[in-house]
Amino acid sequence: MQHIRAHVLVCGGTGCKSAGSKEVQLEFAKQLEQKGLSDEVMIVETGCHGFCEHGPLVIIYPEGTFYCRVKPEDVEEIVESHLFKGRIVERLLYHEPLTHEQIPSYSEINFYKKQKRLVLEHCGAINPEQIEEYIAVGGYEALAKAITTMTPQEVIDEVKKSGLRGRGGGGFPTGMKWQFAANSVNDKKYVICNADEGDPGAFMDRSVLEGDPHKVLEGMAICGYAIGADEAYIYVRAEYPLAIKRLRIAIEQAEQMGLLGENIFGTKFSFKIHIKEGAGAFVCGEETALMASIEGRRGMPRPRPPFPAVSGLWGKPTNINNVETFANVAAIITNGADWYCGFGTEKSKGTKVFALTGKINNTGLAEVPMGITMREIIFDIGGGITGGKKFKAVQIGGPSGGCLPESMLDLSVDYDSLISVGAMMGSGGLVVMDEDTCMVDVAKFFLNFTQSESCGKCTPCREGTKRMLEILTRITEGQGREGDIELLEELAGNIKETALCGLGQTAPNPVLSTLKYFRDEYEAHIKEKRCPAGVCEKLSNYFITDKCKGCGLCARQCPVQAISGQPRSQHVIDAAKCIKCGSCMAACPFKAIVKG
Amino acid sequence: MKTLEDLKALREKLKSDIKVRQNSGTKIIIGMGTCGIAAGAREVMKAVLDELAVRHLNDVQVQQTGCIGMCEKEVLVDVMRPGEPRITYGKVKPADVKKIIAEHVVNGRIVEDLVVGKIEQE
Repeated sequence: MQHIRAHVLVCGGTGCKSAGSKEVQLEFAKQLEQKGLSDEVMIVETGCHGFCEHGPLVIIYPEGTFYCRVKPEDVEEIVESHLFKGRIVERLLYHEPLTHEQIPSYSEINFYKKQKRLVLEHCGAINPEQIEEYIAVGGYEALAKAITTMTPQEVIDEVKKSGLRGRGGGGFPTGMKWQFAANSVNDKKYVICNADEGDPGAFMDRSVLEGDPHKVLEGMAICGYAIGADEAYIYVRAEYPLAIKRLRIAIEQAEQMGLLGENIFGTKFSFKIHIKEGAGAFVCGEETALMASIEGRRGMPRPRPPFPAVSGLWGKPTNINNVETFANVAAIITNGADWYCGFGTEKSKGTKVFALTGKINNTGLAEVPMGITMREIIFDIGGGITGGKKFKAVQIGGPSGGCLPESMLDLSVDYDSLISVGAMMGSGGLVVMDEDTCMVDVAKFFLNFTQSESCGKCTPCREGTKRMLEILTRITEGQGREGDIELLEELAGNIKETALCGLGQTAPNPVLSTLKYFRDEYEAHIKEKRCPAGVCEKLSNYFITDKCKGCGLCARQCPVQAISGQPRSQHVIDAAKCIKCGSCMAACPFKAIVKG
Repeated sequence: MKTLEDLKALREKLKSDIKVRQNSGTKIIIGMGTCGIAAGAREVMKAVLDELAVRHLNDVQVQQTGCIGMCEKEVLVDVMRPGEPRITYGKVKPADVKKIIAEHVVNGRIVEDLVVGKIEQE
């Protein structure tokens, strides 16, 4: 055997794979072979690093050099120059957008500097398809510690003391949830991991499952021991084929090593984990609908109580937590609740993973301590708004969350502060919007999503969201009426109070929060028939400014002869004739035509 | 696997496999500038890797560096043990590698007759 002197970590997360990381990996294998370095350099396929915007990512150790946007044709140079001669390929390093500095290593990039990676600690650092790498970084020691040295109640007490709260959205104290399930007396109990990540723009659970699946399995097994369950399900959507594949491999490897299965560590504790693939309905992220789906029934929620802790899957006591919640458990058991309490705020402990999307420079995943400000996440970690535009709003918590304006940027990001301003942590999706975004249109987009995902069981959600969507649609089409805002507010209030499940109860949030912070935009649409951002097609008009030289190009392009004017003098558009096709704007060589 | 100790023992065994990814342990740095390569740096590197493999020194890191100006003394090989000064060996031949690893890397005794420089660490 040769001494392995370098590791080439190629990101194999879904983001980088779609950017071509598999081809890069194959090219590395080919080039290393050709240069005779195959025996001394190892290629490792990892999970997501979170810096998806700059993928495919390649990190080379021992130097820890971080290469971005690596294409197969760059590989020869990396092998020749870096791996053979030890010279860093500078053009592939990350360039800090503001200072234009080249940053050679991972830890010095602004995107990572302000992060605190507990859940994502090993994502991108280990090979998720090899249990050995997880064990090498201390994996399954928390499970061993829990079942060989602690009583189930001690495990629950430790989780309670840590202050861990549900990361799926609600923020319910995890330890308390476990206690309820533990207190239910029954010879059969279940653990369920909710991996039905459905929010548009959220992909943190997928990344954890792809990058560090064993961590989730370990957390589930610890939970099983604590509440007295011997069987578990991971409910993961079928749209996540890579996550499912890696979970299957992880479960198989853990069973082979005796870390899952019968009589783990020689104790009486046995734990079996099944994977249940969901068909991708948003409502199946709701716990009672999720259980119905596992049982083979239609995924629809039912009223609670009884809560799952009393009567859950197949009528047995069941504990359901989200992927990220389970991913926190092992570290709490290994390092203790006091260590965990060192991160976060008084009522929100630990960290939260956010998926940064929208008009932001560094699209990707960021894990931050609770209590950080939105400004730090968006501007320091996220690198600010694309194209140097102005920040307008951020939608936090997906379609169930709320839209926050610039004045809220310095708000502390924790469960309670977010609720107090009409948003919610949700699963942690952050959709950043710039000045060109119409807030009525955004509200319509999210409501359109929840409306089409409504299961139709209860009337407030089925009919109410439909009516709200109709009103929003007519506002954006210039048919808004006096009193529409009040009607929206009334409907929203009714739906929130009477819908059966979380999907319906939170569906009006995007409308309510945009009404709260951007009411003037609604009014402009309704009263002035004007879309301030110029997004709503039916409300926008094209104007010719005084930059016009009177060349007449636009008039010749216009398919409906709406543009008139004398040669060499400013032309005008007849708004009554204009069909808003935009071809004049595209044709103007002087950028004299604007939309507003 | 039956006990926590079994798991810990396995971990110890597996840990060195990913040691390359942690910036710790002893480092051997080989000068791979054009001058170094011309003087046979690649052969020295191979000898280092072979010797480390024979001795199962999985946690020793092997890095490369560019020309530092002492082209005359290539192949240059630096050895850095944690908390100790960085020692530069000059005109290293593949045959010298065994000695450097046995004496310095493993036992911490500097091979004085090959040394050309010493850099104190901060």
